[in-house]
Amino acid sequence: MVFKREDGRKPEELRKPINAKVGIIPNADGSAMYQSGETIAIAAVYGPKEHHPRNQRNPRKGTLRCNYNMLSFSVTDRIRPGPSRRSTEISKITEWALTPVVMLEKYPNMVIDVHIHMIQADAGTRCAGINAAAMALAHAGIPMKNLVSSVAAGKLDKTVVLDLDKHEEDFEEGEGSTDIPITMTPDGEITHIQLDGKITSKQLKEAIEMAKKASKEIYEIQKKALKEVGEK
Amino acid sequence: MITSKITGDRIKSYLEQGKRFDNRKLEEFRKIEIETGISKNAEGSARVKLGDTEVLVGIKMNVGEPYPDSPDKGNLMVTAELLPLSSERFENGPPRFPAIELGRVLDRCVRESKFIDVEKLCIKKGEKVWTIFIDVYSINDDGNLLDAAGMGIIAALKNAKIPKYDEKEEKVLYGELTNTSIPLSKDTPLSLTYHKIGNSIVVDPTREEEDLSEARVTIGSNNGIISSMQKGEETALTIEEINRILDTNEKVWKEVFKNIEKHIK
Repeated sequence: MVFKREDGRKPEELRKPINAKVGIIPNADGSAMYQSGETIAIAAVYGPKEHHPRNQRNPRKGTLRCNYNMLSFSVTDRIRPGPSRRSTEISKITEWALTPVVMLEKYPNMVIDVHIHMIQADAGTRCAGINAAAMALAHAGIPMKNLVSSVAAGKLDKTVVLDLDKHEEDFEEGEGSTDIPITMTPDGEITHIQLDGKITSKQLKEAIEMAKKASKEIYEIQKKALKEVGEK
Repeated sequence: MITSKITGDRIKSYLEQGKRFDNRKLEEFRKIEIETGISKNAEGSARVKLGDTEVLVGIKMNVGEPYPDSPDKGNLMVTAELLPLSSERFENGPPRFPAIELGRVLDRCVRESKFIDVEKLCIKKGEKVWTIFIDVYSINDDGNLLDAAGMGIIAALKNAKIPKYDEKEEKVLYGELTNTSIPLSKDTPLSLTYHKIGNSIVVDPTREEEDLSEARVTIGSNNGIISSMQKGEETALTIEEINRILDTNEKVWKEVFKNIEKHIK
């Protein structure tokens, strides 16, 4: 039996609307906004620039430094401004998701700062943040081997689905909900995967295949947004 | 990057002739754009753009204990974060002086003007009152974040709806907003800042102009009634200069208010 989603989406259907816009912050070297359903992320890139403090410099390659943050009013219960354990982990995860495609070897001893903020949150914020950050890096003209696109696969009761919203993430009936955020290049290389919940390896493989298709869809949206700003 | 001396000198010599790089008059604001309801989980929110400068303001509400010296009044808290996302000049870490000052100056503008009727935010005297959190974030800094944030606060407060409160469970039901707005006075305070550059008084400076500012005066006022004021930076001002700023404020306040009135109803 296929699980019936409350908002009427098919299992493999992404949330609407999906909006992507590049060049939203004039001060930044690169910037982008990515909206997936009710989740809105913005990202700005500053650099490559001198890396301070000096002792953190890497003479072999540059450093990518990501900072993920949720604005205090982006969720129903106000978040106290400043870093938390959660945001610190997601910042690092984001760095790992992006680093494989960024040609950091071109910038020894330098740092590239990526600032990511959630203006409005409804689950899937790290994915939206990574999508915005990838576009912002490309917009900044940082040499990249590829883009990355991120989406959360998941499972609601027994059905593998894509792109859970907050309401679905809190689903508790049957086998409950499983959340699997995945980041991939359009060639299918996985740069980031996390999992919370309960799933068989067979279904996980199914979920990854589903995420692969969706990440291509997102890749096209990112590419289109980047081309739009290039034409201006 | 800090504005170079050569650019600074040119800006000053332009101002002597009453001119600015972007063709504005000294007392003229850039294009003001205000958008409300930009974040649906906030009780109220607004985006303000002054030219390339952009800020976001969000309102969150919670029920808590009143302060002992005001047992029947709601609480207000204004915080600002100058995000490194918005400028290469800002860094991560605990808020530094400019962010703290911005929050405090605008807190006083709202508080002292009695714009919010805090007595109506009392649920049970001495025990339960609403706290209003106003959070300001910079998105792009091209000068005059202070005035942009001030407009954003007004727009977000007007946009806000109080959430439902379950008295039995003592829980705020977020996401279930009532139709009740935050009780606000008709007299809208606007916080406007005047910069002394050379012998000129300038409003709404760009980043480059703001770097040259020798002194600034921020005035929170409503139609001629001043309720908060702060002078910033190290240069002294003469009484004549303060008088000139006060006269300019009367004029500029009216123009700006007319300009943004439709957004803050």
